[in-house]
Amino acid sequence: MREVSVKTLTEEIATAVMWINFNLEPDTASAFCRIALAERDPVAREVMEQLAKNLEVASKEQIPICQDTGMAVVFLEVGQDVHFTDGDLYTAVNEGVRKGYVEGFLRKSVVSDPFDRVNTGDNTPAVIHTDIVPGDKVKVTVSAKGFGSENKSRLFMLNPADGEEGVRAAVLQTVREAGASACPPMTLGVGIGGNFEKCALMAKHALLREKGESAANERDARLERELLDEINKTGIGPAGLGGDTTALAVNVETCPTHIAGLPVAVNVCCHVNRHKTIII
Amino acid sequence: MDGKRISLPLTDEVIDTLRVGDKVLLSGEMTVARDAAHKRIYEAILSGEEPPVDLKGAVIYYMGPSPAREDRPIGSAGPTTSGRMDKYTPTFLSLGVRATVGKGARSAEVTEAIVKNHAVYFAAVGGCGALLSKCITSSRVICYPDLGAEAVLRITVEDFPVIVAVDCTGSSIY
Ligand code: SF4
Repeated sequence: MREVSVKTLTEEIATAVMWINFNLEPDTASAFCRIALAERDPVAREVMEQLAKNLEVASKEQIPICQDTGMAVVFLEVGQDVHFTDGDLYTAVNEGVRKGYVEGFLRKSVVSDPFDRVNTGDNTPAVIHTDIVPGDKVKVTVSAKGFGSENKSRLFMLNPADGEEGVRAAVLQTVREAGASACPPMTLGVGIGGNFEKCALMAKHALLREKGESAANERDARLERELLDEINKTGIGPAGLGGDTTALAVNVETCPTHIAGLPVAVNVCCHVNRHKTIII
Repeated sequence: MDGKRISLPLTDEVIDTLRVGDKVLLSGEMTVARDAAHKRIYEAILSGEEPPVDLKGAVIYYMGPSPAREDRPIGSAGPTTSGRMDKYTPTFLSLGVRATVGKGARSAEVTEAIVKNHAVYFAAVGGCGALLSKCITSSRVICYPDLGAEAVLRITVEDFPVIVAVDCTGSSIY
């Protein structure tokens, strides 16, 4: 049994929510510059250059990359040999989110009720997903999800007969309907299989993958490559103003499902795909 | 960005020259309002009240900034999705709004109202809030401070980069 103070989580999460709102993964700005050079359309080039410059300004001056600093989504993988001390785990996670959003001058975008819509004032509560895993470590992945793209995410309960073709059509339809509102170039998290909520969770989880990584099994990796190719042929382009780069990545996760179903969830993320993992 | 430099407010002559896809740098004053403020202004108009914000000649920017640090006029300040304001836009245009600034396509009703009222819709690059905030030189709350990030602001911009997304003839970039 290893003791972990929940206060450590508060501090780490506060630092992480600030960091991800000012910085994307290393090399993203130079990747955007390379895309700009490859774009044939002058408007697309201009947009990608602006996005690259935006990242530099954000990180240098600690101005959020985007004013929608998102709703915090925290994935916890808790080793079963961990014993948390010094308080309640979820309260500590939310305290970290509160501290980061207040101290980092991040926008508070969470309302306490879907109908009354009163702002909670500190961007809490976060959406928290917990998994119990072997070991005595705690893996915390913090992400900040903007809603321009979240609003464009879709879930489809397909029939088994729809197969891979049906999945492709569902992803393409989602991308087309998302268009400029999702702030392309997008990253698509695609969850296939499981049931209604499991495929949505896989789609969200798929967005957390590190840049350049593809699915572990070759069939899913091929599906990712082919979907990316098809999406980039739609011509939606950077900022939806036309061009060759509509998506940066398609990340697929699959899992067992029921004989009667083929659930597919597509979680759309904008070019500001913010996440960071800490191991305690 | 390079582009046509235009000072606000917009005149009919300038609107006539703008065509879809043109790169434009705006300088002058804009009114910032998004979902919650639109709803309140719209409801005020429907109930026959004088709108609490002067819409005549206004350029409305759909945006809700992040909080400003002490030494800055505003925080991150990029556009939000315009489509959510489509319900209100034809009424606002009929009351004198000359231009709207946001991201994403507009409805057929909005496009029609843009043509009818000789207006224009500009797209700013979504997710570019840090860079765009550098083009904003001043900002103050003019209405609904209780809405927080959704309060109505008057901002001054200098060479604020946008692209003509729907011009006064009704053609659209999307
Ligand atoms: S979709 Fe992403 S980039 Fe676009 S406004 Fe929202 S958070 Fe920002």
